[in-house]
Amino acid sequence: MSQQAPLSAPDEIAPQRHLGRWATAAVLLALSALVCYTLFANPNLNHGVIDHFFFSQAILHGLVVTLELAVISQVAGTILGLLVALLRMSHNPVSRTVGSLYIWLLRGTPLLVQILIWGNFALFYKHITVGIPGTSLVIASYNTNAVLTTFVASILALSLNEAAYMAEIIRSGLLSVDPGQREAARAIGLSPFQTLSKVVLPQALRVIIPPSGNQFINMLKMTSLVSVIAGGDLLTQAENISAANLRTVELLVVASAWYLLVTTVASIGQALLERRFNRGHTAVRPRRLRRAWRGLPA
Amino acid sequence: MIPMVVAERVHKSFGHTEVLRGIDLTVETGQVVCLIGPSGSGKSTLLRCVNNLETVDTGHIWVDGQLMGYRVGGSRLHRLKERPARQQRRCIGMVFQHFNLFPHMTALENVAMAPAVVAGEDRDVAVARADALLKRVGLAAKRDAYPRQMSGGQQQRVAIARALALQPKLLLFDEPTSALDPELVGEVLTVMVDLAAEGITMLVVTHELSFARDVADNLVFMDGGTIVESGPPARLIASPAHERTRSFLSRIRAEHTGIS
Repeated sequence: MSQQAPLSAPDEIAPQRHLGRWATAAVLLALSALVCYTLFANPNLNHGVIDHFFFSQAILHGLVVTLELAVISQVAGTILGLLVALLRMSHNPVSRTVGSLYIWLLRGTPLLVQILIWGNFALFYKHITVGIPGTSLVIASYNTNAVLTTFVASILALSLNEAAYMAEIIRSGLLSVDPGQREAARAIGLSPFQTLSKVVLPQALRVIIPPSGNQFINMLKMTSLVSVIAGGDLLTQAENISAANLRTVELLVVASAWYLLVTTVASIGQALLERRFNRGHTAVRPRRLRRAWRGLPA
Repeated sequence: MIPMVVAERVHKSFGHTEVLRGIDLTVETGQVVCLIGPSGSGKSTLLRCVNNLETVDTGHIWVDGQLMGYRVGGSRLHRLKERPARQQRRCIGMVFQHFNLFPHMTALENVAMAPAVVAGEDRDVAVARADALLKRVGLAAKRDAYPRQMSGGQQQRVAIARALALQPKLLLFDEPTSALDPELVGEVLTVMVDLAAEGITMLVVTHELSFARDVADNLVFMDGGTIVESGPPARLIASPAHERTRSFLSRIRAEHTGIS
């Protein structure tokens, strides 16, 4: 028989020490400070140049072009993506195949190559002609280079490519909606279009918006690829300036800072949008700012 | 007066599975008819054919004298196009087992949607009607609640209000209480009893024998895609003519009294 020990213990709980956490934090802070020091104390990086060009006419103009490219391509890509998604989900086997082929082709080749193809489109087709095939009837004919300016070529490349990705995102969103919803909508006499626009899409948006936000943030950065066809965007402008003054690093810093700023704003917008489309799914509305900050890029 | 629903030799297959094998059924105007039967017996499919959510393969279904899903052209039937098929559907209200309320809309918006969007009513008129309907199912206070914020019983009552919003001449119920917790079944059945008392024609797929006995004018037992027998509910429940009916009824009773 073991001896019965009296059951007693102190009430106070000693605080945990987390020594490992403190050590890790100290190392990381030291490393960060070191990186900052090498950046700011580096004589090869002229801060005066950065300050001078940050708000310069050319850079701001490039920024506007970048924003135009991103917004137009994202909107066009989303609309086209919805059409491709509907093709993929059609009862018609030919429609389904065409939808799949589109995605296969546009997703299977690099965006950079697609941009180069659209930028050099005049090498494939000298003229773009509207007419009736097999007859000599021509309604209009344009010089390809006159129609496909670098801006238009950039928009085409970015939005057609984006459509392939958006199609898959939208399709998965549409498929995520309970079939009973379609059924109920049909039963109260909604048309197929009303069923899609009033019942299915609003619910699918909950699934569609988070990855679309990522797509848009990607798009903001991807526009820099059009600098290979001198698209006039932020990076094109930065490169043009540095080609003249040889301040390559400074201008890359200027461009990066602007990209970072713009993607940050987009992330906050995304968080707010997600909140809007969570209606009916969260009993308690999360605080606006807390949600917004949580969406910031890592 | 012509009957509200007439089904005649209705057959329906999905792939190689024949779900309905020659159904003949009549629902007089103002009647309540309950459909019972084991799962897979074709009750829900029959309901969906009546509503034109599915089209029958052979045979005919008339609702209020209208041939459902087809139009007569010469000596043949032609599948209805989407628009007239939709037109037929809006005269029939349907209540689903899983409610299928639109989760992104409030109770009020769920009910007001069909009048506003389908019938093109003024927003104010549609909202006033929706408020009246919510009051009728005892949920006036829940008008601004989203489906997630309501109990199953409340959701199903909103779904009933939604089905009533286009003033249907026929109401279809597809196991309206099967997905509910037992203590919530009563509130939904109460609403249905009230509707029956108002003289709305109802075709109800249900396992609630007490509801069938108290409310239905006719009880129909289906099994394997055919109607095994039908008749006044009290008689059919007390003394079924077929062995299949008898064993099904005793199974249902065992489930309901709860052998734990």
